[in-house]
This record gives sequence, structure tokens and C-alpha cells, in this order.
Amino acid sequence: MSDETRAAEGVFGAGSSGSTPAEGPIRSIAAELQSKFSLPEGALKVQRATRLWVEVDRGSFPQVFDHIVKGMGFCILCTITGLDLGADLGLIYHLAREGGIMANVKTRVPKGEAMKSVTPYFPGAAIYEAELEDLLGAQIDGKPQGPRYPLPEDWPLGDHPLLKDWKPKGAAQNV
Amino acid sequence: MGTRTVIPFGPQHPVLPEPIHLDLVLEDEKVVEAIPKIGYVHRGFEKLVEKMDFNELVYVADRICGICAFIHSMAYCQGVEAVMSVEVPPRAEFLRTIWSELARLSSHLLWLGLMADAFGFESLFMQSFRIREKIVDMLEEMTGGRIILGVCRVGGVRRDVPNDALADIVRRVKDLGVEMHRLADVFLQDDSVKHRLVGVGVLIRDQAAELGCVGPMLRASGVSRDTRTLGYAAYGSVDFAPIVEKDGDSYARCAVRIRELFQSVDLVAQAASKIPGGEVGVKVSGYPEGEYHSRCEQPRGEVIHYVKGDGTRYLQRYRVRTPTFANIPALLRMLQGCELADVPVLVLTIDPCISCTER
Repeated sequence: MSDETRAAEGVFGAGSSGSTPAEGPIRSIAAELQSKFSLPEGALKVQRATRLWVEVDRGSFPQVFDHIVKGMGFCILCTITGLDLGADLGLIYHLAREGGIMANVKTRVPKGEAMKSVTPYFPGAAIYEAELEDLLGAQIDGKPQGPRYPLPEDWPLGDHPLLKDWKPKGAAQNV
Repeated sequence: MGTRTVIPFGPQHPVLPEPIHLDLVLEDEKVVEAIPKIGYVHRGFEKLVEKMDFNELVYVADRICGICAFIHSMAYCQGVEAVMSVEVPPRAEFLRTIWSELARLSSHLLWLGLMADAFGFESLFMQSFRIREKIVDMLEEMTGGRIILGVCRVGGVRRDVPNDALADIVRRVKDLGVEMHRLADVFLQDDSVKHRLVGVGVLIRDQAAELGCVGPMLRASGVSRDTRTLGYAAYGSVDFAPIVEKDGDSYARCAVRIRELFQSVDLVAQAASKIPGGEVGVKVSGYPEGEYHSRCEQPRGEVIHYVKGDGTRYLQRYRVRTPTFANIPALLRMLQGCELADVPVLVLTIDPCISCTER
């Protein structure tokens, strides 16, 4: 990483507690979230001057998400990442705003239970949510109807290949 | 209301050798709705983290795309390097920047050629590919690979390029810039080209932003957003500004890509003139533990690589959001209300890369 990038992103090593001038904006975003939602210890992590991670429970997710998008100007949804966390599915909403700061909002939902769609905020999110449904078996409430993605039409329903306990079947076992 | 007809468009069709299918609902000759089907060649790369260690995955990332392969591997490496707090030597960052810009030139010239072919201008297609071939030759000389360079690694790059060879590359790229000007004049001034592009597939600024557009699609609608301005690799050391057009039509998208050709020529020259000496890689030990969200600007727009490691040699999760994937909702919006005859051109103006999307 170049010095310029380090300066631009305000990179600081693991365990560093002092803040640099470049971190000012992201620290104030973190402070605002902390004071507004009284987040538990460890829920907020400033990784570097352009990367903020917020972990919230499913109940408070809608309020936190709404505030970050509408109240803090994070109007770009880069993507949604799904993770298989055993009994739960993890969801990370990667939000960004002009200037390069990203807020990654994490939540988790028990497998088999539904999460609300974010398409009212980001119409383009439907395709990300379709992917979560197909590959990880997430259930999304309020997503517009549309074709499945990315698995083919004849792929069995209920067979989600990105789950950690998924094993290939048939000829694919030898790959 | 006229009679409604559904026309299947793809997955095999004349304008694009990659499979995307659209069910076009027509009223007379106008498209009222486009229903997409993709996923014909989904390869499940993200599942490979369970079988390949984080160093081997660089080769996988390099193969996500057959056009802009290098930037995928660089974005992946940047993600892992951030998780592992690896300091990449400055010379490697500059080489990454030079190869990224040559990859952008190659990709944009390929798009211009395909576009010319789509509206029946065969000699323009030939000229675009003739120039592109010389760019690909340069990449081969420097890295050994023409498209899939295989030259990025966690901690730096695999090959150095001597400064005199870089000076020669700059001279040749600048010479090609003169030829690109002749190409640009035809694309931007020819009446028959304008007839196919001006006012076709207009995407206004608010729509582009709301639908999550990226790259030249977004910039052609008047939004000045380019991930390179965040300063990754050596982009913080070179001087440039995002190329923006205002009209949001197919002509504007074409103009953005053409102007970006000259911007890339300039960036290659700037990076080569400022490149410092020193090593091009550092030894990396240990395994990644933590997560990072890496962003880079590909020729088609911003690409996202998310990596999560748990301290073992295998990553726990790897996710890629490709720019074409982000531009598909906007394509569907543009198709609403267009003439059937304009559909192939509109599909092409997003510069679709289904290979990336089906990672």
C-alpha cells in the first residue's frame, strides 16, 4: 500500500488506539451511531479511516439502517454479503457515501426466518437478495417477484450450495 | 394499448458471445418490459474458498473475467493484504497501476470494436481491434500473459519491468494515442454512428444513482464517481479527474469510454515517470484473520471483493460484486420504452461482462 493510500485511508495498525486527523469523519460517524442507538461494546469497529463496521441485532437493524442511509448520507449500496454462521445466517450490507467512507452494517438472522427486503431504499438490491435466497437459503420479505438468480431453473429448490454443510451431488462430487 | 408480444432475446444472440437472456415484452415495436435470466454459466468461484488456500485464490480471482482479469486479482490481493496488514512496496503499487490502465485500454478498445460491429461498421471494428492487439502485445512483453496476466500476488507482484522497458512502453502507448484520436473522431463525429447512439437509452442522473449504477454508465449520466480517486495502488500519486458526461444516452456512454482511453494513456505515462525503485514484493507469512471490503475501478465500474479469514489457510468467505451485476437493474430500466431495433445496442452500452457476473 502506497504512502498516499495510507494517508488517504488513514491506515493504522492493529491495536492502535490513538486517532489520526484522517480518522476524524469516521470517528464522528461512529460517535453519532453510538449515542443514538446505545450500541453494546464491540458493536462498532473503525477499521481504518474509510471502513466502519457496525453489528446490530435483527430487532434494531431497521432503525440503524434507516438512519445510516437517510440520516448520514450512505446512499450507495455496494452489495450484500451473506455468510453461513452455523445456526444463523450473517448478512452484511456494504454501504458507501461520496468521499470513500464505507459503513458495513452486519446483522444475523436464524436460518429459516425472514429478513426484510431493503429494496424500498435501493431498488437495485433485488438482484443481491435473489442471490442470497438462491445460494444461502435466506428468506427475504417484501422482495419484488422475479426470476431466480444465479442457479438454473432446474436446480432443486431448498438446495443452497454456499452453505458450509452443502456437498456436491452426482458427477460434481469428483470435481 | 397495442397487442403484446413476448420476444426471447438470447441467451445466444448476435451481439454478445456471452449468455444473457431477456424476455422482451413488446407493444407493437416498443419494449414495455424486459425480464432477465442470467446464471447460465455460473461457476461457483466463491465456493472454492473451501478447497483452495488464500494464495491459490489469486489465480482464481485472475480468472473471474476474460477481459479485465488483472484488476480482479489486484482487488483480491488488496483485500487480503489489508486483513494481514501487509505493506506492498511502492514499485509494485505503480506496476499494478500501469497494468490496470493497460487493461482498461484493452477493455475499452474491445468494447468500441464490438459496438462498431453491432451497428454494422466493420472497418471501425477492425481498427479498434488492431490497436487493441498492440496493447495486448505490450502486456505480454511485460508479464508473459496477454489477458490473464497471472502477475499479481499477495504482497506485491511477480515480475518487475526495467525502467527502460517502461519508457519504451510509454512511447508506444503515446503513439497509439494518436491512432486512437482518429478512431475517436469516427465514433464521435460520424453521422451514422450518432444516429444509432444519440438520445437512445437515456438514463438520467437520479435514475443512475438510485439503481446503483457504476463506472462509465454512472459517469455518462453526470455523476462524478470513480473509485480510483480513493487512491488505492498508486492512484494517489497521479493526477486525474473522473470523466463525466451529462446526457446519459448511449452516445454519452461511448464518449466517456473514448475519453477514458486518453486518460489511461496519460496515467500510464504519469505512473511510469514517477515509479520509484526497489523491491516488487514482500514475503508474506501467516494466515489472514479478519475481514475487509476491497474496492477497485474496473473498466466497467467499481468491483467489490470481500474477504474474511479465520486464521487458517482457507478463507471463510469470499464474495465478488462485479460492475456488470450492478448495472443490470439500470439496463432493464433503459430497455423500458425503447424500440426493439435498439435493444442490441442498449445491451452493449452497459459493456456487459457476463463472465465476471457469473463468477
